[in-house]
Amino acid sequence: MTNPIATPVDGNTVVKLARGVRLQNDPVRGQAVLLAPERALALDEIAVAIVTELDGERSLDTIADIFAARFDAPKQQILSDMVTFVGEFSKRRMLEFRS
Amino acid sequence: MNEHVSIPGERRKLAAPPPIAMLAELTHRCPLACPYCSNPLELESVRNELSTEEWVKVFRQAASIGVLHLHLSGGEPASRRDLVQLTDAAAKAGLYTNLITSGIGLTQQRIVQLSEAGLDHIQLSIQGATPELADRVGGYKGGYDRKIAVAEWTHAAGIPLTVNAVCHKQNMDQMGDMLDLAVRLGARRIEIATVQFHGWADRNRQALMPTREQFLCANAFVAEARKRLEGLIVIDYVGADHHASYPKACMGGWGRTGLNVTPSGKVLPCHAAETIPSLQFDNVRDKTLSEIWYDGSAFNAYRGDDWMPELCRSCDRKSIDFGGCRCQAMALAGDASATDPVCLRSPLRDALTRKAEEDSRSDVTEFVYRGR
Repeated sequence: MTNPIATPVDGNTVVKLARGVRLQNDPVRGQAVLLAPERALALDEIAVAIVTELDGERSLDTIADIFAARFDAPKQQILSDMVTFVGEFSKRRMLEFRS
Repeated sequence: MNEHVSIPGERRKLAAPPPIAMLAELTHRCPLACPYCSNPLELESVRNELSTEEWVKVFRQAASIGVLHLHLSGGEPASRRDLVQLTDAAAKAGLYTNLITSGIGLTQQRIVQLSEAGLDHIQLSIQGATPELADRVGGYKGGYDRKIAVAEWTHAAGIPLTVNAVCHKQNMDQMGDMLDLAVRLGARRIEIATVQFHGWADRNRQALMPTREQFLCANAFVAEARKRLEGLIVIDYVGADHHASYPKACMGGWGRTGLNVTPSGKVLPCHAAETIPSLQFDNVRDKTLSEIWYDGSAFNAYRGDDWMPELCRSCDRKSIDFGGCRCQAMALAGDASATDPVCLRSPLRDALTRKAEEDSRSDVTEFVYRGR
């Protein structure tokens, strides 16, 4: 896994949460939070679904296929949303990319 | 904003949100002697420190009231022999556990043990980009080389690293080199924070106060570097507030996001809160964190906006900076509920600007070291 500057994110991208970044249930506030150094991001259900699938094994394209079937939604739209979402997390240095 | 809630039979209280972060000052012991040390002028002695069991109880209470991030700090937290045990307990309580360290006192073996105990993250301070300057600022010979080794051991153990670079007049011109060093050490994040002029730093104002030119240069540098290095390293930056136009959102608002536990168990709304003589602080030895956070008099003293002078209460920035820093108001205005004198609307602002400029132009370079 390497992290060159501005790794382009597309359907072939394979990522997982970097060490030190984890999804946790926050029972006090009744929400899911993504914890990272000095950051706690409250995630909605869709974001939780995406983060949960980022396993460092499967590409975003493969995961988008699964979501398309699960939610009966157009795959290209799902993939495009996932690329944007993963791009934001990449800028925050929260992911490890498989090279 | 906080909501006022009337509870029959009780005094009026402010409904506070649950705290997000807790800073645990495990000890005030430290091998370094930084001239801007943020610990109080009167340090807590080792015999008054909370025991392992007491800290573990506090960590569990913190998690149960909603704390997500635990910062293990000091002094130098590695001076505690039970650091690995405390880390293990914090991780088991579900806290995101961050070690804030100078690196002195850590060995490769201890870093591996911390990693196995579930430590999430290490924040390592550097005092400059060259051994000569860094060791002079920290007052500890060989400190720089040791820190480089600690960063390498951290990397080898797989623990994510943030480099903390405290900046001031004498090292600000090395900001670019400190950033490059952080990147070389594999840090995912750097905190570039200008010295806050409280406590010990106030004794070294003339040797530390950056010039206005340095302040502007640093702002421009950070803006450029953030773009250039996006995706490689995250840059968090705290500029020199004495040269800024508005106060910092100190602690994200008093009693609003975080709390601080001293080595002997006193619970403070911020690490410098003991400089405000009118406040009384509860101790984890006597009360639960929940009681202290929600009902403690110190935490309620500056919540909401009832305490604010009219200048602040009627200001639309009160939801941005929450009235700024109470300890700074205490130190500079002699009144902790005054408008933070950094604010350009404060009647004290012109005097603060003159003093900052005068100190920044001083020829003094010698430091008054903490504990030397």
